[in-house]
Amino acid sequence: MSTDLKEALFAYTLRLGDSSLVLGHRLSEWCGHAPELEEDIALTNVALDLVGHARMLLTYAGELEGKGRDEDRLAYRRDVFDYRNHLLVEQPNRDFGHTIVRQFLHDAWAVELYGRLCASRDETLAGIAAKAVKEVRYHVRHSGDWLVRLGDGTEVSHAKVADALGRLWPYTGEMFERDEAEQALVAAGIVPDPAELKAAWTARVEAVLEEATLDRPADGWMQKGGRRGEHSEHLGYLLAEMQFLPRAYPDANW
Amino acid sequence: MDRKDWPLFEIFIRPKNGLSHKHVGSLHAADARMALDNARDVYTRRGEGVSIWAVPASSIAASDPSEKASLFDPADDKIYRHPTFYDIPADVKNI
Repeated sequence: MSTDLKEALFAYTLRLGDSSLVLGHRLSEWCGHAPELEEDIALTNVALDLVGHARMLLTYAGELEGKGRDEDRLAYRRDVFDYRNHLLVEQPNRDFGHTIVRQFLHDAWAVELYGRLCASRDETLAGIAAKAVKEVRYHVRHSGDWLVRLGDGTEVSHAKVADALGRLWPYTGEMFERDEAEQALVAAGIVPDPAELKAAWTARVEAVLEEATLDRPADGWMQKGGRRGEHSEHLGYLLAEMQFLPRAYPDANW
Repeated sequence: MDRKDWPLFEIFIRPKNGLSHKHVGSLHAADARMALDNARDVYTRRGEGVSIWAVPASSIAASDPSEKASLFDPADDKIYRHPTFYDIPADVKNI
């Protein structure tokens, strides 16, 4: 693999790994607070799956970078401006409906992405995707079912998810952004074309929104910046909590 | 949604092919599909099973504990109902 391509793939896997890690942490914040005991376990299960994906992706990113950074180093020793996750996943939890909308918008993207990454020319990435896609298929079923239940539920539940959908929609454009580096990866058959991904994501999201009796928000101005490390204020607080222990006790073992 | 609206489901898991489903516990869910999802998350996280049954607890007819004596005690002294008087060939594993 050429150096340019390797750098591009490092940026790509880092972005994926960061998004999984941040969303996994956000979901873990529900532990002990979900509306039902069973749902508490379900959400933390999904959180653990996502942290598992992050571990594989960040480990691979560290290998591609070749500077000796392992998964922990990447997860715990980078500050906000070095994180490359989508802004969508760092948005705070608010209420349960908001969490479900955020999760579904992400899951619908992840399931289409990993499904295609299974056919990547990069064997390691294809292997990671093959493992992740099974879990993500369950995630999208879980969040999609809940979205239908809440959207097509009571007046209150409908109003809450409709509000969340309006708030979060402007963060969905970022998942399909592309730059030159990514374009090279597409050309090399390593990652799927964002345009194709967007079409598949849109079809999936629209079908569920219709069943949930929710209107698809118009594509207006889209938030961006995650790719360049320009984040909302929320990510700093999340990292402060997530990184506290390794920062306070570097290289501790237990 | 109020908790009182969520019915109780009894969950049965089959640990592997060839064995039968075993009762593992119960949980609350709004409908059958959610009961299966919840059962998957609550009871199969450590590779416990290959198949789940979720049964509304209200559909289960249970014997009355106060009738225990008349229902079960008569079986105690009828040892001829146990197949203990046969020689089992060594190759037969599950009996």
